[in-house]
Amino acid sequence: MSALTVRRVSKRFGPVEVLKDVCLEIDSGEFTVLVGPSGCGKSTLLAIIAGLETATSGEIEIGGRRMNDVPAKDRDIAMVFQSYALYPTMSVRQNITFGMECRGVPKARQQEAVARVARLLQIEPLLDRRPAQLSGGQRQRVAMGRALVRDPSLFLFDEPLSNLDAQLRLEMRAEIKQLHARIGTTSVYVTHDQVEAMTMATRIAVMYRGEVQQFDDPETIYNRPANLFVARFMGAPPMNTMPARLHADPNGVQAVIGTGADAIRLSLPMQISDTRLAPFRDAEVVLGIRPECIAEPRRRFGGENAPPTLIDATVEMTEPTGAETIAMLRLGGHRVIGRVAPDAQLTVGGAERFSIDTRKLCLFDPKSERLIA
Amino acid sequence: MNRRWILYGLVLVLAAFFLTPLVVVVLTSLRPNEEMAQRSLIGWPQAPTLANYAMAWSRFCIAERCVGVAPYLANSLLMTVPATIISTLLGAVAGFAIALWRFRGDTAIFALVTLGVFLPEQMRLIPWVIVLRDIGLSNTITGLIVVHVVQGLSFTTLFCRNYFVAVPQDLIKAARIDGAGFYRIFWRIVLPLSPPILVVCAIWQFTGIWNEFLYGVTFLTGPAQPITAAIIAISATVTTSPQYGVQSAAVLLAALPTLAVYLFGGRYFMRGLTAGAVR
Repeated sequence: MSALTVRRVSKRFGPVEVLKDVCLEIDSGEFTVLVGPSGCGKSTLLAIIAGLETATSGEIEIGGRRMNDVPAKDRDIAMVFQSYALYPTMSVRQNITFGMECRGVPKARQQEAVARVARLLQIEPLLDRRPAQLSGGQRQRVAMGRALVRDPSLFLFDEPLSNLDAQLRLEMRAEIKQLHARIGTTSVYVTHDQVEAMTMATRIAVMYRGEVQQFDDPETIYNRPANLFVARFMGAPPMNTMPARLHADPNGVQAVIGTGADAIRLSLPMQISDTRLAPFRDAEVVLGIRPECIAEPRRRFGGENAPPTLIDATVEMTEPTGAETIAMLRLGGHRVIGRVAPDAQLTVGGAERFSIDTRKLCLFDPKSERLIA
Repeated sequence: MNRRWILYGLVLVLAAFFLTPLVVVVLTSLRPNEEMAQRSLIGWPQAPTLANYAMAWSRFCIAERCVGVAPYLANSLLMTVPATIISTLLGAVAGFAIALWRFRGDTAIFALVTLGVFLPEQMRLIPWVIVLRDIGLSNTITGLIVVHVVQGLSFTTLFCRNYFVAVPQDLIKAARIDGAGFYRIFWRIVLPLSPPILVVCAIWQFTGIWNEFLYGVTFLTGPAQPITAAIIAISATVTTSPQYGVQSAAVLLAALPTLAVYLFGGRYFMRGLTAGAVR
């Protein structure tokens, strides 16, 4: 049974349509991440799920029960806010027990629950402090504790790691993931950070301009993006996209980048009989290549025996990061980014040879911007 | 260096200018009438005495009642304390609702409420006469409490609303999810954050209501009048020779409560007024 259903939810603020017909079906135990650039409606959607905002139209169901007219407190949810929203005049202990106090849970049970959660999150020494006396990471933990103590049927996270520094963000990211693996409560997590989305989610909903662009597992989102927006938004550095011409002959399907002497031909993994390609034969398409699919020439994609696809490109700039080197290349007149091994010797300004992973090439319709194949 | 002395000199002159009336009243209140008659109206007390205070407190005749200012001070306290507390608390609730709870038409209601800040007292006089008559509270201290609570709400709501808009909305959202309702959120989360603004409201209301004269003299008569009305009655009694010493003592007694409130709460007052400005 689905733990959360969002059915055709729309939200307008006056003339502005913030959400358009959003549909999501989230299974029990899933960790769903809503990701998108700021203003895409992801936080509004979360607020509607929580009952803090009302949808203009559409339905929210939690555990099979229609929630539209149920107040936030009766939805059996817990929420972690970006600002943590800890009650500043209460101690950590009171912050955690406040919800139970509101629901009339007996004092003894409250203390038991606090002890359990404090042990789980290792915040026992902080229980008698005020939020102002805590560091950012500790506040984050307390906010988690306040949510966990409720033992809800649905966890909602609204960019909970955005206020932490980079180091702590990585730690807490891993910790939330472990926590979810341990308690298995269905979670909806909002972030603008696509790395967070990729690393934590069981399924990702990529949102843009109030619409869900794609709702899939991270691997599909990354390798088979539904449209150009998803392709360019997910991944850092983003997927290279460039116009190309689709060419089919008895040897297979090829994408031709550029014209004349500079033209580069890449064999595509699709079959010539693939009906999806039919409308685009000898026509313009948009070719998508992930940066990691462009590497130094000795790299073999798809096993030792597979024949390599090698191309020549001019190196415009390199950015060594230590673990790898990001290379800005000129390929058939277009600027593309490749990721090569840190020990590859590249001459800036010179032509170099690169190995291409053609298995993961994506083709998009230049008009609708949707994935063709 | 020179400029600093000029500055100090200027400040001293200004301070003297503002403080002179107070000094004169204090000096006069300590001198017996005979001394003033023999020497000069204004002067250093030759034999300082508190007799004027004793007289003003309980025996001086005001409007042909020789009971001193004590009963009138009591009237003022009975009026000012409840009116201050009620208007401050109601203003805090209203400010919370407008700033943090948000409801349909909240900005319109806020605009209407704060309009009261700009309405002159005289304009509201006749409507209040009618209202007090209709609810049967004419010539009662309770009636005046109602008047001051309603009028004060404009100020206290404005102050509290401006203070509360700095409270993060997320706190309210978190509390709603935790299951707290309007009043629980107010008592447990918002009110504990509010002492600075509550002190501002309380001082503002206390001094305003205590010093208010027009309503006091219009809606209350005789023994029910507040101290401000009684003080005017004192200066109006010219049956015998002017009793400057006693009158000065009476004025100082009347000013004592507001002075005390300001001395104890002044620090919070300045802090609270600027609290909203610097987020």
